[in-house]
Amino acid sequence: MIEIRNLVKRFGPLVAVNDVSFSVTRGEVLGFLGPNGAGKSTTMKMITGFLAPTAGRVSVCGADVAQAPLAAKRQIGYLPEGAPAYPDMTAAGFLDFVADIRGLKGVKRRERLDQVIASVHLEAVLDQPIDTLSKGFKRRVGLAQAILHDPPVLILDEPTDGLDPNQKHEVRELIRAMAADKAIIISTHILEEVEAVCSRAVIIAHGRLLAEGRPDETESGWRFGDLLAAPGRLDALFREITTNAHPERAA
Amino acid sequence: MNGLKGTYIIFRRELAAYFATPLAYVFIVIFLFSTGIFTFYVGNFFDRGQDDLKAFFMFHPWLYLFLIPAISMRLWAEERKQGTIELLMTLPVRLGSIVAGKFLAAWCFTAIALALTFPLWLTVNYLGHPDNGVILASYLGSILMAGGYLAIGACISATTRNQVIAFVVSVTICFIFVVAGAPIVLDFFSGWLPPFVANIIGSLSFLTHFNAITDGVVDLRDVIFYVSTIAVWLFANVIVVDLKKAA
Repeated sequence: MIEIRNLVKRFGPLVAVNDVSFSVTRGEVLGFLGPNGAGKSTTMKMITGFLAPTAGRVSVCGADVAQAPLAAKRQIGYLPEGAPAYPDMTAAGFLDFVADIRGLKGVKRRERLDQVIASVHLEAVLDQPIDTLSKGFKRRVGLAQAILHDPPVLILDEPTDGLDPNQKHEVRELIRAMAADKAIIISTHILEEVEAVCSRAVIIAHGRLLAEGRPDETESGWRFGDLLAAPGRLDALFREITTNAHPERAA
Repeated sequence: MNGLKGTYIIFRRELAAYFATPLAYVFIVIFLFSTGIFTFYVGNFFDRGQDDLKAFFMFHPWLYLFLIPAISMRLWAEERKQGTIELLMTLPVRLGSIVAGKFLAAWCFTAIALALTFPLWLTVNYLGHPDNGVILASYLGSILMAGGYLAIGACISATTRNQVIAFVVSVTICFIFVVAGAPIVLDFFSGWLPPFVANIIGSLSFLTHFNAITDGVVDLRDVIFYVSTIAVWLFANVIVVDLKKAA
């Protein structure tokens, strides 16, 4: 459902994303891993049509993001980095606004709002302005906004950042529950999260895709090519892969 | 979703946003106070002994110079600062709808503030027999001119994430447009540009076109001038946002 081909993004001399290709199909939760500044968010911004790639193509559910941006955007639910939302709006007002733009109407709209508000537990803060909410609630408002229209494709940039362990657990449960009929990409640098929710993971550093891994079928743990990480030992493998990578400058 | 529906949804959110904070009330109170001061103290409304609102309208170009950029500075700079621009631009709405919706909301808000000066109109009708056609034309001219200022301010706001910069630059550019017909500007250009270019620059003056309308003559050319000014700056606004999304 998500096809990414030879994606490149340059900012002046800096190559933020360098020839990245991968695809995600329905039912998959792809963990997008990498150190800070690796190009995770930039790639997500290109998938969601916020940034135009320097080269390469992205298509979402058959819609080319550059050629048919609106068609692609309708299929995507996106939680941007930092979960931005209008601080002066109440949580309810903000979700209403997003529901309007998403074209939700009538009974279906009411149903979706109720369902989403319940699933991220926003009932208590619906009438509060968003800038008075705690970081955890803000993140959940952002998540609610992303899943409101029940999109087939979800792009979540650090969905559990700033949440306490219980909230993290809940968000992971929510993602797992939605995984079956969606294609989901989650960026994170919390490696336990990968083991908890992802069915596949790619590691990116200095804009390059370095390794792709999935849970090992015979042994428990994760396998990235020749490298195998025992359960809970993904950190060591992550360090091994990313510290050997070097930045590349454009000619 | 078609473009108009998107424009309307953005418009509604933006207009509500003015009233969700003290911004709207502070602005309206200051706007009414300053129009009052200019009309009665600087414009000598009573001493003129004439039953028109010239003393009220003649200061609008100068009042707007500072008040309108105060409205427009937040339009895009705030979205950038808060990161909400990323949210907005990944929702299924056309960029043109967003630009139009934001502008129309700001314009509508300005119109509300301007409409609240109606006691002046009542006053002058109580005291004498003014030509209400001229007054209506002047209100029309005033709101058109405000639209011109707003479109400039919106475009400038899109170039930065800093509202103070947006304000200062907008005031400067609006000032140039206000005084474009004045000798200070024409002399500067006429020395080294061919006369017809200087004439074109002179014809861009907000002041000249506004004064023509407040004289009671709604010339289609003056209306077209403001409408096309708005269109050009909003078009530039779309381009600026498109080119500078990430910054």
